[in-house]
Amino acid sequence: MAELGAIAKYIRSKSAGPFWVTIDIFCHDADSFERIAGSPALAPRAVAELYGVSENGVRQYRLPSIHVFKISFPRTAVQGSLGDVDSHAGQYFVPLLSVEID
Amino acid sequence: MLGAGCSDEAFQRGVSLQPDCLAIDGGSTDSGPHYLGTGTSKMTRQATKHDLRQMMLARDRLGVPLLVGSCGTCGTDSGVDWMADIAREIAREEGLTARLALVYSEVTAEQLMPLLDAGKIDALDPALPLTRERLLECDHIVGLLGYEPLAAAIAEGADIILSGRTTDTAVLAAVPLMQGFPAGAAWHAAKTAECGGLCTVHTRLGGVMMTIDADGFDIEPLHAANQCTPYTVSAHLLYENSDPFRLREPGVLLDASDAEYRALDDRIVRVTRSRAEVMPYTIKLEGSGSAGYRTMIFSAIADPKLLARFDEWLGNLEAYLRAGISRVMGIAEDGYALEFRPYGKNAINPVPAAGPPHEVGLMTLVWAPTQQLATEIAKYCNPMLLHFPLNMDDPLPSFAFPFSPAEVELGCHYEFKLNHVVHVERPDQLARTRFETIGEAVHG
Repeated sequence: MAELGAIAKYIRSKSAGPFWVTIDIFCHDADSFERIAGSPALAPRAVAELYGVSENGVRQYRLPSIHVFKISFPRTAVQGSLGDVDSHAGQYFVPLLSVEID
Repeated sequence: MLGAGCSDEAFQRGVSLQPDCLAIDGGSTDSGPHYLGTGTSKMTRQATKHDLRQMMLARDRLGVPLLVGSCGTCGTDSGVDWMADIAREIAREEGLTARLALVYSEVTAEQLMPLLDAGKIDALDPALPLTRERLLECDHIVGLLGYEPLAAAIAEGADIILSGRTTDTAVLAAVPLMQGFPAGAAWHAAKTAECGGLCTVHTRLGGVMMTIDADGFDIEPLHAANQCTPYTVSAHLLYENSDPFRLREPGVLLDASDAEYRALDDRIVRVTRSRAEVMPYTIKLEGSGSAGYRTMIFSAIADPKLLARFDEWLGNLEAYLRAGISRVMGIAEDGYALEFRPYGKNAINPVPAAGPPHEVGLMTLVWAPTQQLATEIAKYCNPMLLHFPLNMDDPLPSFAFPFSPAEVELGCHYEFKLNHVVHVERPDQLARTRFETIGEAVHG
């Protein structure tokens, strides 16, 4: 077991338009990519629970050629709405850092 | 983005490569609904003028079209007029003459209503219900144009095309598409170059040069010391896109699932096997409207005794203030909004920390239908934000206010109201183009 933040090369998040957030998890190599992209701790249900969003809104994309696992879901607060604390969604990735990966 | 700057060294090297056009995006929704709501630019006029001057001078030397999309950040008519004014000023100062095309893409609620009634407007995911009332709530609505109105302006002899809201990609794809290059390569190249140097190793070293041919495209950084690699080029499709393989543009779907990225040398990448599928012609709408006013108080706390029981203290404070706003001010619960953001604790990260924070900056936000009411409520909160005790029988504490007055009026609050596309019969259905010649000598 290890925290995602310790084994991923780089993680970033950003708005993809005002209604979506997208998180890119860059992995060091093919093995690490398989470990991270295949982890049940990052399955759509786990991500939905961590962010308090609906599971069927969570989209995941695997890019093995560049070792990137991508997760997108509708923002919890629409960009610029009253409850929005992160306009560019630049810090949305932070809760993922402490997710334990097998 | 225009106004963000490109080093002259990188830019002049790009010009020496003799491009067939110069193209840049001037806008985005990234910075929130304020800019579209007010029809104003996020970038300063000075920086925008600096970058536009660099491009207009190069355009004049090369004799090729210059395209600027989404003028004035939000791409409203006021954004296009703002940019046109800057362009005229530069033409005067530099003695340049050019044929200017202003391509507007702002639409009114009234203009969209028949399309709504005819079922021509579809909601995108996540779906927001759309009614006539919601259209009327928007202070500004823009349609994201495709490349066709820009290409038409060039075909009619425009040297400089300043467009309202346009997809970032269409601005860059317009010239290659009008010259007949394959749609897959042209759209993929444009998508890769939309953020300039972001698809390169040294992302702050300026823009990129795209060379499109019958089988694909090459991409290289303008700056001689910068590199594109298959990794940086393929990874750029991830950026700000929820789906990194399939990207929807007006009338077309770019499918990069099978694209191949190959290094031609240590700084140029060749991309092949990008596909484009023809789709129903839709134009995405963006709308922003005012929704009340906000006033903020920022206070700070470092007392370890209080921080050890911060959540309990904040819960008590909130209950006390809400009761008072109702009893003393006579304002119903649905007549205002009160929100606390404890920066340093869990304002942006919901995962709890192991121990108490070292200090907390407490942002208190009040929303109300008018600025005056929002500030009145904030003023009511002020003494308790300064003095609210942890235990009711404690001696009166005082916290740290960073300035006086403590209330900061945030002005009108805007919200994005639309996440929709409209089906159009012609690509230019929502576009209006006006031509003028700038920098012409005045004959007396």
